[in-house]
Amino acid sequence: MLEQSEVTLDELRHLVSERAIEGETMLLNMGPQHPSTHGVLRLLVELDGEVVINCIPDVGFLHTGIEKNMEAKTYEKAAVMTDRIDYLNTAGNNLVYCLAIEKLAELDVPPRAQVLRVLLTELERISSHLVWLGTHALDLAAMSVFLYCFREREMILDIKELISGARMMSTYFRPGGLWRDVPAEFDGAVRQFLSIFPARIDEYEALLTKNPLFLDRTQEIGVLSPQDAIRWGVTGPLLRASGIAHDLRKADPYSGYEMFDFDIPTQTAGDTYARYLVRIEEMRQSLRIVQQALDNLPSGPVRSDNRKFVPPPRSELATSMEAVIHHFKLWTEGFNLPKGSIYVPTESPRGELGVFLESDGGSKPYRIHWRTPSFDNLQALPLLAKGHLVADLIALIGTIDIILGDVDR
Amino acid sequence: MDENLQPVVAALADRFGASHAEFRGQTTVFLRPDQIVQACQLLRDEFGFNMLSELTAVDYWPQQEPRFHVFYQLNSLSQHQRLGLRVPIPGIKPSIESIEKVFPNANWHEREIWDMFGIRVEGHSDLRRILMPYDWEGHPLRKDFPLGYEEVQFTFNVHEIDQDKFYPKE
Amino acid sequence: MGIEQRTADMGIITTSLEQAVNWARTNAMWPMLFGLACCAIEMMAAQASNYDMSRFGMELMRASPRQSDLMIVAGRVSRKMAPVLRRLYDQMPAPKWVIAMGDCASTGGVFNNYAVIQGVDEVVPVDVYVAGCPPRPEALIHGILTLHEKVRGEGLKKWS
Repeated sequence: MLEQSEVTLDELRHLVSERAIEGETMLLNMGPQHPSTHGVLRLLVELDGEVVINCIPDVGFLHTGIEKNMEAKTYEKAAVMTDRIDYLNTAGNNLVYCLAIEKLAELDVPPRAQVLRVLLTELERISSHLVWLGTHALDLAAMSVFLYCFREREMILDIKELISGARMMSTYFRPGGLWRDVPAEFDGAVRQFLSIFPARIDEYEALLTKNPLFLDRTQEIGVLSPQDAIRWGVTGPLLRASGIAHDLRKADPYSGYEMFDFDIPTQTAGDTYARYLVRIEEMRQSLRIVQQALDNLPSGPVRSDNRKFVPPPRSELATSMEAVIHHFKLWTEGFNLPKGSIYVPTESPRGELGVFLESDGGSKPYRIHWRTPSFDNLQALPLLAKGHLVADLIALIGTIDIILGDVDR
Repeated sequence: MDENLQPVVAALADRFGASHAEFRGQTTVFLRPDQIVQACQLLRDEFGFNMLSELTAVDYWPQQEPRFHVFYQLNSLSQHQRLGLRVPIPGIKPSIESIEKVFPNANWHEREIWDMFGIRVEGHSDLRRILMPYDWEGHPLRKDFPLGYEEVQFTFNVHEIDQDKFYPKE
Repeated sequence: MGIEQRTADMGIITTSLEQAVNWARTNAMWPMLFGLACCAIEMMAAQASNYDMSRFGMELMRASPRQSDLMIVAGRVSRKMAPVLRRLYDQMPAPKWVIAMGDCASTGGVFNNYAVIQGVDEVVPVDVYVAGCPPRPEALIHGILTLHEKVRGEGLKKWS
């Protein structure tokens, strides 16, 4: 098991140029353990001096077998695996999984649950962008931004802990609604965050947006043309920074996003700096959505009362025989979904996050495939990196905002 | 069906004799393995389906004819439309044409279906394993591949399982 | 007034060699900057402003295994990553310690399947296991302090 088969140049011969085989250019291995690869990404970089001629990503070092493992669990139990795919967007992963099940089962979600789902997904988007901003700035040697970003991220994690008990892996969204209603302190905690955070975004911008060192490292680095972006299936902030205003929250609204008023930030330059500006603006837009959601939070139940899919509340178990039967069926066998397959796309902080779910009529997913944004976005890295210096490669890995769990699943 | 999709499906039926299915408001067109490249070309150039958003496969083992379905999801950014394509392929020597020339990002997705399902992709520029180790045997997402479950240790069987566990030296 | 007091007045402290060495080892234990999955984010949070791991002499995360004493295996270890992990461990100079952070690194966690090593102790010897999915930063800090306690108790014979 511990013997690793050596990869010889012969296997990669078709990927590198003639000059590399003759020894004119240098082949450099970067990763899988490297401080700036944001996880376990391995890159084989072909260098002419310090200029990157080509780079060949090698992924799979975090392959977890999640898709296969979900096939062996019932729908309700498999939900815990969804958090761990893209671990910075746990609420978004829960959301797309629940949406897929609800669409297949034609299950209705109460309005309060829908609005809370949007609210929490947007908070998670801010938290994900904060981690991105902190580590991206850290890669470009701006240490203090990292400390500031993680300070604010803790506020969001505290809100998540308040509602679900877990800081990261909350599995708070369940098929048919939410696990339970939010506690009374929730409103105050989110309002406090909303009052503090706008000024903090200005603080990050004051540190970076006009900082000449940051500008030198990011402007005109890794320019992605809109045509290339579409051809390579690149989505999310990368696509929007290339001038295409495509956001699935507007283009194909899900979970009630059509009720909210927000803008899609775009830039036209398509470089690393433009992507930075897009993400900063996205945080502001997410705040607008959170504000609207909190002000217009409807009252009512947070979970569907369809007992074929949703377990009855504990209080009913003592009085109703039917509730006991439903409870027993759901926790032993799970619920069955009708036969068929669907594809549900959503907008994650990184781009189009989709679930392809096929059911054979049983209580376990027959096949579930996660179309993850990082997987497609990372493919465009060689395109971005060609002709830049090795040092810029660090900035480019950061700007794609890859999560290796998202790439390898 | 969305009325904008009707001419697309009609064109595919006309050109390739393809049937289609509707489920929960999503349209899927069934194609033969040798038609997929031309169909993608047609959809991209004439109907504006300019992005490949999903490419995956499903294994229907023990059914052999067809054993696999390869599933494509094309996306039209300008019209906000999606169209699914399904290609059934047999279980013996499964192979499919590469659509890498039409949509470059199919490259990694096709490597993934080779790695996970053992479906050979003809005409692919770089068909290596992508997620599993280079010397891995088998294709994990096939239904006849075991999950690789390891028995969980409880108090009553902790020693029994521990005997087979592998512990390294310093 | 014993001999210790008299030597202390002269600026000399007497202690056992074990204590002195272990004191030095615990108070500047350099962890390796080695993140795998979700737990790596919590490890970053443990170093960031709210939790500030540098209080324990650990602010210096080294990217190179050759300069580090402590490997924090933060996340699930896949079969493809296991040989890399072992190589990194072999490259670390002795004395070296390993913390398995989180359920996946300790036991395989929820991923009981073909791709994930069921506990990193199948690949490298582990000193401290930290439970949680992912563990809170406090839990990681507690794990590190437990390791410090362990190191302080090590005798001459254990030194490699």
